[in-house]
Amino acid sequence: MVHIFKCLDMNFAVDVNSGAVHVLDDLAYAILEMNMDGLPEKAPEIEGYAAQQCAEALEELRELENQGMLFTDDGYDAARAIPVGAPVKALCLHVSHDCNLRCGYCFAATGDFGTGRRMNMDIETAKKAIDFVIERSGVRRNIEIDFFGGEPLLAFDTVKAAVDYARSIEKEKGKNFRFTITTNGLLLDDDKIEYINREMDNCVLSLDGRREVNDNWRFTTSGKGSYDVIVPKYKKLVDERGDKSYYVRGTFTRDNLDFANDVVHIAQEGFYAVSVEPVSAPDGCGYEIREEDLPRVYDEYDRLARIMLERDDFSFFHFTVDLAQGPCVIKRMRGCGAGCEYVAVTPEGDIYPCHQFVGREEYRMGNVFTGEFDKDASNDYAALNIYSREECRKCWARFYCSGGCSAANVNMNGDITKPWEIGCKLEKKRLECAIALQAAKS
Amino acid sequence: MKHVKVLNGATLKESAAKGGCGECQTSCQSACKTSCTVANQKCESKSK
Repeated sequence: MVHIFKCLDMNFAVDVNSGAVHVLDDLAYAILEMNMDGLPEKAPEIEGYAAQQCAEALEELRELENQGMLFTDDGYDAARAIPVGAPVKALCLHVSHDCNLRCGYCFAATGDFGTGRRMNMDIETAKKAIDFVIERSGVRRNIEIDFFGGEPLLAFDTVKAAVDYARSIEKEKGKNFRFTITTNGLLLDDDKIEYINREMDNCVLSLDGRREVNDNWRFTTSGKGSYDVIVPKYKKLVDERGDKSYYVRGTFTRDNLDFANDVVHIAQEGFYAVSVEPVSAPDGCGYEIREEDLPRVYDEYDRLARIMLERDDFSFFHFTVDLAQGPCVIKRMRGCGAGCEYVAVTPEGDIYPCHQFVGREEYRMGNVFTGEFDKDASNDYAALNIYSREECRKCWARFYCSGGCSAANVNMNGDITKPWEIGCKLEKKRLECAIALQAAKS
Repeated sequence: MKHVKVLNGATLKESAAKGGCGECQTSCQSACKTSCTVANQKCESKSK
């Protein structure tokens, strides 16, 4: 399968199965566009070009094909084997099911995930969760824990106790823990900033962009916007973070389809690593990204890509694709690993396939206190890959997005195997921009 | 080549032989939490 597209005034061909990416001139692009099922024996006539030029361009395309970089077969049969009893190596640890913000678009029902119980995780439960992941991680050495919520800073004692506990046993158990925290920033203070910068390998700092955009969605229980409180704290954290990774992460809705302005705003506030992502919201809620919004969103991604051509003072998460050094094809087939490699643990110790499934009883997989873990369900999740999802099998972006988000599929389609179409379209547009930016800067 | 520039070679094919160690970061833990992109993750064995 070959995908061709135009972006940033350049022409591209992606050879899906080999991972090869080519920049084409107009003539080579025209020839390929006419022959998407395979190269012809004889060069076609292309208006405005001499026959000799057409033959030359075709010959170059044929050379790519001969070198295994165009029209390659899948050939990954051996790697397609579905893992059974996959190790668990990443936890989304919900240390709090409470929040001090009341964000209008919150998928977690402003912290309690629709359960009606606002609570923090106690230290015993956090330790049990760490024991659980160690026990289930098999030969995997690297284990990731993301402190999540709700708002994890509401349970900072639990965070610290969990880190201490994991560190105290990681050598003996032959593991290497990596910690991440995802916070709304309100409760950051000097001590917490120092702790986070010391212990967390990555931190995700929520901010939607411009003050009016952020405060329209991200406000306290009394309705006060969060921007003025959090931005100075984020600046301090990032200033003192050195070269450790972080993201300032925002959400855009159909209320700010000019979200490139929010990305640029965050960059102008001095933050390098920026991620602003489409809201995950059900049809009819009013702020969801709709099919009719897509042309505008595509234009906005193009605009952002053009802005990034001119400046190097920020990165954009979804335009960051490492074509040569990225994950292996086996990882790319399997995606996020929700429900098998990656699970979420609630304050009660309940285990769910990922944070977005929390609170939906039918998806509960077990509990860290009882030791119950539904291995059959884990195997079913492990079987979700780019080959078992029919639409993914046919999609050029399958080795980049790796099958999309199971939770989004359930939320939008009611079918975990059926990709969320709008999400797919956005993903493909972002990938095209990412590839084009890399070409432009190479 | 005059008409084609290879931006990236057949790196996926090459990765099939040695991949699958499973030590790399879980994609959803990096920044997104709501949407997936796996190709922007790092390969753990290459980053050593």
